[in-house]
Amino acid sequence: MEPFRSHRGILATLDRANVDTDQIIPKQFLKSIQRTGFGESLFFDWRILPDGKPDPAFELNAPRFKGASILVTRGNFGCGSSREHAVWAIQQCGFKTVIAPSFADIFRNNSGKNGLLTVELKEVEVEEIFQMAGRYSGLEASVDLDEQRVTLHLPEEISFHFEMDSTVKEHLIHGLDAIGLTLKQEAAISAFEAKHNPQLS
Amino acid sequence: MGKTLFEKIWDRHDVKELPGGNALLYIDRHLVHEVTSPQAFEGLRLSGRKVRRPGLTFATMDHNVPTDDRFNIKDPISRAQVEALEKNCREFGVTLYDLKSDLQGIVHIIGPELGLTLPGTTVVCGDSHTSTHGAFGTLAFGIGTSEVEHVLATQCLTQRKPKTFKVEFTGRLSKGVTSKDMVLKLIGTIGTAGGTGHVLEYCGEAVRALSMEARMTICNMSIEAGARAGMIAPDETTYNYIASGNRPFAPKGAAFDKALAFWKTLPSDPDAKFDRTFTIRADEIAPQVTWGTNPGMVLDVTAKIPAPDAVPGTSRKDVEQALAYMGLTPGTPITDLRLDTVFIGSCTNARIEDLRAAAKIFKGHKVASGVKVLVVPGSQQVRAQAEAEGLHEIFRAAGCDWRQSGCSMCLAMNPDQLKPGERCASTSNRNFEGRQGKGGRTHLVSPEMAAAAAVEGHFVDIRRWL
Repeated sequence: MEPFRSHRGILATLDRANVDTDQIIPKQFLKSIQRTGFGESLFFDWRILPDGKPDPAFELNAPRFKGASILVTRGNFGCGSSREHAVWAIQQCGFKTVIAPSFADIFRNNSGKNGLLTVELKEVEVEEIFQMAGRYSGLEASVDLDEQRVTLHLPEEISFHFEMDSTVKEHLIHGLDAIGLTLKQEAAISAFEAKHNPQLS
Repeated sequence: MGKTLFEKIWDRHDVKELPGGNALLYIDRHLVHEVTSPQAFEGLRLSGRKVRRPGLTFATMDHNVPTDDRFNIKDPISRAQVEALEKNCREFGVTLYDLKSDLQGIVHIIGPELGLTLPGTTVVCGDSHTSTHGAFGTLAFGIGTSEVEHVLATQCLTQRKPKTFKVEFTGRLSKGVTSKDMVLKLIGTIGTAGGTGHVLEYCGEAVRALSMEARMTICNMSIEAGARAGMIAPDETTYNYIASGNRPFAPKGAAFDKALAFWKTLPSDPDAKFDRTFTIRADEIAPQVTWGTNPGMVLDVTAKIPAPDAVPGTSRKDVEQALAYMGLTPGTPITDLRLDTVFIGSCTNARIEDLRAAAKIFKGHKVASGVKVLVVPGSQQVRAQAEAEGLHEIFRAAGCDWRQSGCSMCLAMNPDQLKPGERCASTSNRNFEGRQGKGGRTHLVSPEMAAAAAVEGHFVDIRRWL
């Protein structure tokens, strides 16, 4: 997994709560047995009209969000299905981090395993980012994982502190291989298995 | 201080505390399906790793399966995904219930059916509806593909301990009201993120009175409340279910007695503390119908479609979006909504009791003209049982389409899909935009409500219809 320490990029806003993984990547794209090729399917049913052209009414298609790499959205982002394809699609479309007031548990876990940073800010803080992104076209932000801080690059900078699970932070910063780390616990796992009956737990 | 059911299971599976406060949690059963596993097996291959405990890993194919002609998967990409699972199971020594197997079915239906799901164990699957298995007093939760690979390679997961949330249903359900209505009412009340970070434990008189299958329906939809898992303490209903039927993996004889003694130690201690508690009066629950585009957008069948500013906790914009997508006008009685399709199936409501309940409604009636009805059993065993009882004859006589088992129209990764604008009463679990087919409009209901709606062509209050 690619390490994540900090990132600066353009903000894009998606003003919807409870965005489920069926919207992030619709089911017709889950049939692939590869880990790549999902970027173009991100928000497909919202982003693309039946004639194959981008829907100008869909927020993320706005020209001012072109090249955006930080997605800002509303609460309970990533709810629903456990499909990790949702995380792959977001990353492969160029996003490095998602900022929201809250995330669904499985989506957040999946993000951490792939190096996609999920930043949870207070609802009022997210609202402020929405306001600023609406006012300043092409607004950029920096996300610093070391410092656990989001900074909006405005004439007068605004920044927000965010909380982060220490283990997830370390995995992201060093791009750690979670399976490799668990395999180092072989002695503990074997000792546990010797006394544990999975039929009668 | 006493422990909760969840804490007892967690503690027995805590291999080691890791730096940073996470636990290394041991997994007793790993269920696998074709959609979320290919990249995990490929990951093992690329890093030269093996499946650590193939004997604890069980696979089936369900999402891509055509329910009319199951051996004829016309979509080449769907077929490749199914074939990839066959190849991976062969190569890594994993038991597979494939399309030829009499035991194939939706992964969350066959786990309990085969006796794989047992009280006190941990169960994971690359599927959010893994919460279903919690009905047995099992800690069961959905994981993503990276974690599927992690479990395949290590039989463990690193997990942050979730919080506990007790949900008590007091009193008894009214006639015609089901466990589907209980869980929809709960989600409508606490919201689709109401359970985030928590494991729910359902308890109370109304839960105790439910059959094993009805309990599975509640636990199945825990994820729609955002919960990590949902659980119900095992009792006589649980033990009787495990001891009955053809369950090759359930303990037998002396092993059963030993297991039973252990299972009886699992229920939460009277002095156990939960991080949160919530109480709902079961006797006040009416049949539920979702009107919007997430399972929290739900109302009593007697209600009217809400105005954009009349939905607490949801922004006006989000309600307007949901109403527009669903093609609904505020103030319309739910019972006035006319249906194009009725889907009876899915891991939420496609067990034998669900089919019996639907058949009871259909008996002696015809499906309303212009309504298409799909009845899709959750497994081939459910299908065989239904046919042995003659339920398929009732469905066919009423004008329903009787199918083979699979996920079918719950998520439309197979040929069973809604067309744009079609309105569907569905016994499944998600009414998300496009879930049952692009542009399709889903209303979630119980099997009884779905069947009665099929007969009348619109929603009806099942309590008056019975």
